[in-house]
Amino acid sequence: MTTAPPTAKAAQTPYTLNATARITAEAADGATDLPLLHSDGPFSFRRLRPYGSQAHICILNTMSAPHNGDRLNTEVIVGPGADLHVTSAAATVALPGPVPRHAALGVNLRVADHARLRWLPEPVISAAGSDLRQHIRIDLAPTARLVLSEQQILGRAHEPSGRLTSRITVRHGGRTLLDQHSAYGPGLPGWDGPAVLAGNHAVGQLLVIDPAYRDPQPDTQILDDIPVRAHGVITPLAGPGVLLTAVAPDAGDLQRCLDAAFAHLGLPNG
Amino acid sequence: MSSVSLLILGDGRFPSGGHAHSGGAEAAIAAGRVHDTATLEDFCRGRLATTGLVAASLAAAAATGYDPLLLDAAADARTPSPALRRVARKLGRQLMRAVRTTWPDPELDRLAAALPAGAHQPIVMGLAARAAGLTPHDAARAAAYDSVSGPVTAAIRLLGLDPFEATAVTARLTGDMENVAGEAAGHAARLPADGVDALPAASAPLLDITAEQHAAWPVRLFAS
Repeated sequence: MTTAPPTAKAAQTPYTLNATARITAEAADGATDLPLLHSDGPFSFRRLRPYGSQAHICILNTMSAPHNGDRLNTEVIVGPGADLHVTSAAATVALPGPVPRHAALGVNLRVADHARLRWLPEPVISAAGSDLRQHIRIDLAPTARLVLSEQQILGRAHEPSGRLTSRITVRHGGRTLLDQHSAYGPGLPGWDGPAVLAGNHAVGQLLVIDPAYRDPQPDTQILDDIPVRAHGVITPLAGPGVLLTAVAPDAGDLQRCLDAAFAHLGLPNG
Repeated sequence: MSSVSLLILGDGRFPSGGHAHSGGAEAAIAAGRVHDTATLEDFCRGRLATTGLVAASLAAAAATGYDPLLLDAAADARTPSPALRRVARKLGRQLMRAVRTTWPDPELDRLAAALPAGAHQPIVMGLAARAAGLTPHDAARAAAYDSVSGPVTAAIRLLGLDPFEATAVTARLTGDMENVAGEAAGHAARLPADGVDALPAASAPLLDITAEQHAAWPVRLFAS
């Protein structure tokens, strides 16, 4: 973790946080070792009890971050045959800050052949006045498996949303399988209108990549066992994966959409 | 190069089969989210800023002569809804038939041979613009206009809107369309340096969700 030194330039940018946390998982004798577990900035890693050969890490957000201007990164490498499950203990709240600049949150996930990553963090909440740009980059080997959720809550209760953009880029076996960029919040054209969110301020995705989805390709599933005001659909991608896209009026209804999707896909939740 | 070619390409009467598609407007109208000119304008503004920007960027990129097969794969990656991938390819196939006669060009023939089931429609539009002697910026304008004019025309039929008021919606979005086209042309110009992964990937969750819901309707007026 580094804090910008008090230089002349820092007069305009009084405080920014730069941090890169790292996890490396490796397969070893029917278990998954964690030879590198480097907490940094707000991200503090805790080992939880392993489940069979699967290692489990919980991310604790031990600082109030990100604030506008912060630069935070998480780098995860899951080696051949390793099995890693990552959760977080609390939502990440994007907050305003003294720096008139957006915050950046980068997540880089690399999963090797025959390895598996379950990346299931709590939501990102965009507080009023915050400006966060998130980029999740995923690089999967041809036989790697991934279960990843992403939840965005636009504004804490009874406040307007901040600005939150999120790009998710999935490369699988060297080709780009999914590339999506969402942009919500004040000043962005049409974001809250009938084509994009229509007033729903909780948005979620559940992405599952598995070579087993290549043949046969699963059919689209429109979720009907979810709260009436929420919408969710599980679609097959143009490759070996499926994606849940869900919108809901609030975080609770969105969670029920994700729960329903886990059940539809026959996956353990959490 | 002639601006009249751009008018031909953008004309709603160009025989590309686009009139059978509402661009998500039919589903939004059925859900009550679009019910008058104000909500139609909001719908079109959001569609233009998301899938419209992606389409305009792909069209501009194809018009620069960039490999259309790489662009087609990029379009797939930006379209998680299989219903929308099918629609994009069907519209691409129909547009291809029309433009191969309108502006014969070996690049169009090669793409048609490589993807007989159809390339994503914006890529065909970009190649059509190139064959017509138009610029990548013009191709982006045509795609941006297409992303607005489809829902507006459909809403006139579905809601019985006053056609003058509906056309005024399109006119009020002229500035937005120019902005999107300019941004798309900029991305296309940087494509050789940045690669296809740097092209916009703006997404609209409700368009993806409702496209799948709409495709499952037993009876509908528009194909999408």
